[in-house]
Amino acid sequence: MSSNKSAVSDKGIGAKIKRISDTNLLLSITIFVFFMMYIGAIIFQGSGFLKPQTFFNILNQNAALIIASCGMSIVMIGGGIDISVGGMTALVCMCSAVYLDFMGGNLVVSILIALGIGLAFGLVQGFLVAYLGIQPFIVTLAGMFFARGMTTIVHKEPFNVVNESFSKLKTTRVLIPGMGSVNKKGIYIDAYIELGVVVALIIVILMFCVLRWTKLGRSFYAMGGNNQSAIMLGINVRRTRFLSHLICGILAGIGGYVFFLNSGSGSPSHALGMEMNAIASSIIGGTMLTGGVGNIIGTFFGVLSLATIQNIVALAGLGEAWWTNITIAGMLCIFLILQSVIMAWKHRA
Amino acid sequence: MGNTKSNRSIALFGSMKQLIIPVAALAVLILFNLIADPSFFRIGIEQNNAGNPVLSGNLISILDYGSELAILAIGMTIVTAATGGQDISIGSAIAIAGAVILRILCGTESAPETMKAPIIVAFLVACVVSMFFGAFNGMLVSVFKIQPMVATLILFTAGRSIAAWINSNRLPIVNEVEFTYFGGNIPGIALPTPFFIAVACVIIIALVLKFTNLGLYTQAVGINAKSSRLNGINPTFIKFLSFVILGLCVAVAGLIKVSRVSSINYSTIAKDIEMDAILAVALGGNALSGGKFSMTASILGAYVIQFLTTTLYKFKVPSNALPAYKAIVVIILVVLSAPVVREKLSSFWKKIRVSKKEAS
Repeated sequence: MSSNKSAVSDKGIGAKIKRISDTNLLLSITIFVFFMMYIGAIIFQGSGFLKPQTFFNILNQNAALIIASCGMSIVMIGGGIDISVGGMTALVCMCSAVYLDFMGGNLVVSILIALGIGLAFGLVQGFLVAYLGIQPFIVTLAGMFFARGMTTIVHKEPFNVVNESFSKLKTTRVLIPGMGSVNKKGIYIDAYIELGVVVALIIVILMFCVLRWTKLGRSFYAMGGNNQSAIMLGINVRRTRFLSHLICGILAGIGGYVFFLNSGSGSPSHALGMEMNAIASSIIGGTMLTGGVGNIIGTFFGVLSLATIQNIVALAGLGEAWWTNITIAGMLCIFLILQSVIMAWKHRA
Repeated sequence: MGNTKSNRSIALFGSMKQLIIPVAALAVLILFNLIADPSFFRIGIEQNNAGNPVLSGNLISILDYGSELAILAIGMTIVTAATGGQDISIGSAIAIAGAVILRILCGTESAPETMKAPIIVAFLVACVVSMFFGAFNGMLVSVFKIQPMVATLILFTAGRSIAAWINSNRLPIVNEVEFTYFGGNIPGIALPTPFFIAVACVIIIALVLKFTNLGLYTQAVGINAKSSRLNGINPTFIKFLSFVILGLCVAVAGLIKVSRVSSINYSTIAKDIEMDAILAVALGGNALSGGKFSMTASILGAYVIQFLTTTLYKFKVPSNALPAYKAIVVIILVVLSAPVVREKLSSFWKKIRVSKKEAS
């Protein structure tokens, strides 16, 4: 947050950029990149991207990722990291699926199971990181492997859930009037989003407010920006760090359930590499790995950018699965280096 | 000068205290197996596929499969010591190295009758490629100052895809017997070859640590990069170098891995091995936050991890569920080595001692 340098001479664009705070600078870069990418997609891939439903489908497919990325951003703003979100998603899916399908349980309990798993991971990881001072990467790496292992212990084979009330919830769609389009047969179809997207949007707004206007939210920034001065400001750094991991865990639990709602199945290979996507989205969204800089709205656009480029890659005829991974890794790499270079340039005396 | 010498041997052997942890873990595992099922330790003689008599048994398979882990632990220890972070891309990097070896040996055919190039050429190319990817990681960490685990996350995700892409997603098979020697047995020698390769690697790293300042410099950089720079060491280069060395280790491990099956499976080859390698370093009592290290303890740690894996397999734990158990071991290890816990434990010991003295 060492942003407003008054000593900078006020001539030229460079100086103007230097006066924007780090968070806002990276946020504007992200939004700019997203719109450039979307316009590029419209130009090169044809009018498919002009339909509102294409955009809503991106949301539908990535609702879980949006939620998980919000949690990731909060941990990263606080100067930590959590790579267990993918494993947790798989575990939540599997546990809920086994409960609903084999035991014929009801929906409310399955949601509570998801929240419980998220809470448990958040509590344990937060405690280990904040109160025992272990590196967050090691703790959450162990968490990731534990969750993946537990998923196969709970059930080995992938399977689809057959449960009436669940399928009802799964197929619930929120129609958006006026944004629909006419299909090939000439029938007008309303544009829709799934329930998960509604949850994701609520969480984005909620977390944005928390980070912007609450004491806890500002403490995350202070802690990530400079741990030592946060302590001197009288912030209970340990508790704040603990809470950041707790929130991330709960959000990963919710995200896991949204993923489950979207896929309707349990599988050990669910959400493979999702932690990577969440980290990439946060970083593309302008969250700094070093902590103290970031914005939930940016993260939201980060997810959208990632999803757009995945769509472009798939439509460009590079359908093979490996291209997706390589593109994400490449984008992450570019943005990491970009951040590093921009920050070095901006904070040069 | 005398000081330098003693520092060098510290890098090699560490303090004797550090060896206690892996040895104790090994003792616990041996005791557990002795009680549970003494036949665990039986060593027999079997005919392998080529018809040669070889030693077989759980202990031999630990020596066999623990070897690539030991080789990786060498590189991982240096990276950990220098950067205070770990490389989590080694599994993916092994997939790349393996894919390169098969690409050179098989060309574009899926199962050629004869190899297109000598094995040594394929291996050297794999070394260069692995070192290149190591250098890529190293550059991100040292030049762009990105946390090692996040920087290597890039290759962790992309690596297996790159490996599949190198061979256009084909799964080439090498038909010649010589290629299986590296991961199996050379005729006439009863012990598995990977063990000898690991021994060779250990000797090389021992010589390097003995006769160069590598160990001293990595420790200095790991303890305090700024002050080591003021003392004339280039931390950027040392960090970069550590990743390149790990790349070399990855190439050797990759050769063993593909030689075992004479083929490759991009999504399962060396799966979760990064966890094992980190675990080996942690079990060796090395601080995961960098600084002082003991190579001997790490290598011993690697074999202890393999001992644990074999024991878990013996108790019919499916391979996909293994990570869950190992994750628990990791958590126990890091909790025990956390400074807060250590302080509490030592003050607890003191209390007991004091109360004993008072009692006497």
